[in-house]
Amino acid sequence: MAKLHVTTEINGESAEFLCEPHQTLLSALRDDLQLTGVKEGCSTGDCGACSVILDGRLVCSCLVLAAEVDGASLLTVEGLARGGRLHPLQQKFLEHAALQCGVCTPGILVAAKALLDRNPDPSEEQARYALAGNLCRCTGYDKIIRAVLDAAAELRGAAR
Amino acid sequence: MAEVFFSSGLQAHTGGATRATVEASNVRELIDALDQRFPGLGRHLRSRMAVAIDGEIIQEPLLERLGASSEVHFLPPIGGGS
Amino acid sequence: MSERKFRYVGTRPIRHDGMDKVTGRANFGADFTLAGLLVGKVLRSPHAHARIRSIDTSRAAALPGVHAVATSADLPEQEHGPGVDMHDLTRNILAREKVLYDGHAVAAVAAISDRIASEALALIDVDYEVLPPVLSVDEAIRPDAVLLDESLRCEGPDPKPAGPTNVAARLQIGRGDVAKGFAEADEIVEREFTTQAVHQGYIEPHAVAARTGADGQSVVWCCTQGHFAVRSYSARLLGLDVSQIKVIPSEIGGGFGGKTTVYLEPLAILLSRKAGRPVKMVMTRAEVFRASGPAGGTRIRLKVGVTRAGRITAADATLLYEAGAFKGSAVMAGVMCMFAPYDVANVRLEGFDILVNKPKGAAYRAPGAPMAAFASETVLDELARRIGMDPIELRLRNAVREGSQAVYGPKLKAVGFVECLEAARNHPHYKAPLGPNQGRGVAAGFWFNGNLQSSAQVSLNEDGTATVVSGCPDIGGSRTSLAIMAAEELGIPVERVRPVVADTETVGYNDVTGGSRVTFATGTAVIEAARDVVRQLRERAAALWGIDVAHVKWEDGRALSQNGVTQEPLGIADITRKAAQTGGPILGRSSWMAKGNGPSFAVHIGDVELDPETGRVVVKRYTAVQDAGRAIHPSYVEGQLQGGVAQGVGWALNEAYLYDAQGHMQNAGFLDYRMPVASDLPMIDTVIVEVPNPHHPYGVRGVGETPIVPPLATVANALHDASGVRMCDLPMSPPAVLEALESRR
Repeated sequence: MAKLHVTTEINGESAEFLCEPHQTLLSALRDDLQLTGVKEGCSTGDCGACSVILDGRLVCSCLVLAAEVDGASLLTVEGLARGGRLHPLQQKFLEHAALQCGVCTPGILVAAKALLDRNPDPSEEQARYALAGNLCRCTGYDKIIRAVLDAAAELRGAAR
Repeated sequence: MAEVFFSSGLQAHTGGATRATVEASNVRELIDALDQRFPGLGRHLRSRMAVAIDGEIIQEPLLERLGASSEVHFLPPIGGGS
Repeated sequence: MSERKFRYVGTRPIRHDGMDKVTGRANFGADFTLAGLLVGKVLRSPHAHARIRSIDTSRAAALPGVHAVATSADLPEQEHGPGVDMHDLTRNILAREKVLYDGHAVAAVAAISDRIASEALALIDVDYEVLPPVLSVDEAIRPDAVLLDESLRCEGPDPKPAGPTNVAARLQIGRGDVAKGFAEADEIVEREFTTQAVHQGYIEPHAVAARTGADGQSVVWCCTQGHFAVRSYSARLLGLDVSQIKVIPSEIGGGFGGKTTVYLEPLAILLSRKAGRPVKMVMTRAEVFRASGPAGGTRIRLKVGVTRAGRITAADATLLYEAGAFKGSAVMAGVMCMFAPYDVANVRLEGFDILVNKPKGAAYRAPGAPMAAFASETVLDELARRIGMDPIELRLRNAVREGSQAVYGPKLKAVGFVECLEAARNHPHYKAPLGPNQGRGVAAGFWFNGNLQSSAQVSLNEDGTATVVSGCPDIGGSRTSLAIMAAEELGIPVERVRPVVADTETVGYNDVTGGSRVTFATGTAVIEAARDVVRQLRERAAALWGIDVAHVKWEDGRALSQNGVTQEPLGIADITRKAAQTGGPILGRSSWMAKGNGPSFAVHIGDVELDPETGRVVVKRYTAVQDAGRAIHPSYVEGQLQGGVAQGVGWALNEAYLYDAQGHMQNAGFLDYRMPVASDLPMIDTVIVEVPNPHHPYGVRGVGETPIVPPLATVANALHDASGVRMCDLPMSPPAVLEALESRR
């Protein structure tokens, strides 16, 4: 079967690619667009390592067909930093040592961005439930939550 | 000179002896001397054992030097490790 | 050890690989691609136990797009031997006479696409003679048990099974007279415990890309805890010289011991050799569960006696550990760790290494110890209640200290168990009030910490920065700790040190990252290499000044002359700029077979809340106290404590391999193999105790493994405190807890 032509916006820039009908967005990002920030941890939507924001919604890219994003807008971890400046979430992750092996980090950063986009002042509990779809095996989540809450505070301060 | 202690797992090969005093300057000599005293023990000591010398666990012990009065324990190797 | 004032040790700089990891730039195992890459896939056994009558790969090989097919016929036979048994390992990589677990590798293919590789697998015909599976230690040790390996004989001292058996080994340690000890006891508790197989749960599946040139040289990129081990195991398994294989470690997405061996790597090399093209292989999550190396299930029988005054008088235990399809569980470490924190005069501890039709076990963070401590720390909790003594007090009255004779043999050097117990007792958590259905538990833990071999070199750059090259993959921030140690010796800021994890061709031999050894063993090598560099810097400064090197002091990153004649201090850049004039490039190196990594003790306090209607247990508050010797980068020490706690909580409450009666794993995915998520845990408070290890220049002792040892009993003891129910079988999942609550009524 012929490949499908997809036009989309990724991290604010126009992108186009060809994909197989059955190909996942995860595979298209990694294999065709060289955006390897998304990771394949399980392929069944259970670990969150492939998280991206699709038209403002947090999704697992392993559960989205590449063809589905035609005409849509995507944010991946590569799009968090702007003009060489890290997003406060990224900066706080570094300062709080909120990563050990780092493989879950892209997915968690994207999920945290999705959280703060809709709830700029989350409680600890809200942050924990918002990130419950992102597995981390190294950190026990403590420093991750601290980094997210600290980034939220900084973003609220900057917004004033 | 070394004071060697045998855990109950090794006592089957020492006729029940729990310790022995042996002249040796390194672990290889120590094992040879122990094998002389307790025939057949040497094979068990060489095969899978790590050694604790004066409290230090040594994993490749054959050429490890012994002091004037070292305390030696033969341990089965600790597997895997991470 | 004198109280040295550190400038960089104990600070919290941002890790050198941090930028790459928060921007998605870091390259993990599956992030490599090469021109002409083929996709490699593995055909896996659908049976837990079967004889292989024949394998016919001809139809697969004939499929257009398939470039290579491999079976065990392509690998040389191996002899049994000490250390890593190659006879077993080659059979685990590709099955020979039998398949021994659901998921056991039988054949491998390399094809131009994922789809064609999958089709090729379906075209491989395997004729199996299905056999009944053995799925527990209880089944395995029965006299009429089905045998996995007719040629296996039990090793170790008598009494042990004679003749063909599933029991690979019997081990025993002990001292004193347990009968006499029990006679002296006022209270005795005897209990039996079971735990299920659990997985390390690393988020990144095994991944490798291998390329072989016409000259027979293979280059391998893979995620691993030990690239030198990948090289040496692959070379032996394939019948090659190690010099024919170069292994480049990628960033690694978790290992916890599960990536210290090989699964796909030799297959990828083999397929790339056969195909003449590079081959990439990545495990699916289901393959990771079914066919990598979990920590096996256990049954532990334990009897302990104490006096009313709180002296432990005797301990007697039998530990039965599942090794999986091939021998080599961590039962010996379990036996040695079980009472290591306590000064017990009369002990008899025996262990059995037992084959079952489950994946070949691999190391999982303090292998063997968590299960053993679950048993011993639960029984101690029960004994403390029987004699009406505070559980920390009971442990203090029996705690080992410097000079104690450890149960497993040697006399201990400086250790911090007492300090940890006191820190726990003095912590506000210990006295905090509890709410309804809440309970508090305490447990202790121990791990020996490993040594092994490390090499490092330190070189100086013209701009005054330093490069630190070593060869232990960084699984938790170690490369920054190494940079901190080099910075401390050189006297330059940590940001001006570039730490590099080099491949098998660019650094001297390094044993695996594991055993909590890197900060200690590789750290010491880095310090020695940096000191070597400082010696050379002083010599070069002396030459530039025309004075005796004895009058040159190195301080805060500069050479100072001390012969009475004032000289402008020289920084590294001042000296390296003139290196050609004073003797050439400045390079320091060090390598050693490490000795002296001190054991690390821990004490944990955990509060849980029980929902009596559903049986759900939630951890509400947790404090982990541990002796780190010297925390080089406190954030990463805290991170090890918190991560180990999370894994232990998962092991205690939810994680387990579930099998059907035919031996098929039922929950080979993250949905049903339920690891803790962010909403399952509270903040995990940590207290770092520092009783310096006299064998490290800064006092470092390993910390990475001990944290997973106490949580199983901490949670179980807390649940008992909340409910009066003593759970001796893990996991303490809601149905199990409900059943226990019901049967108590």
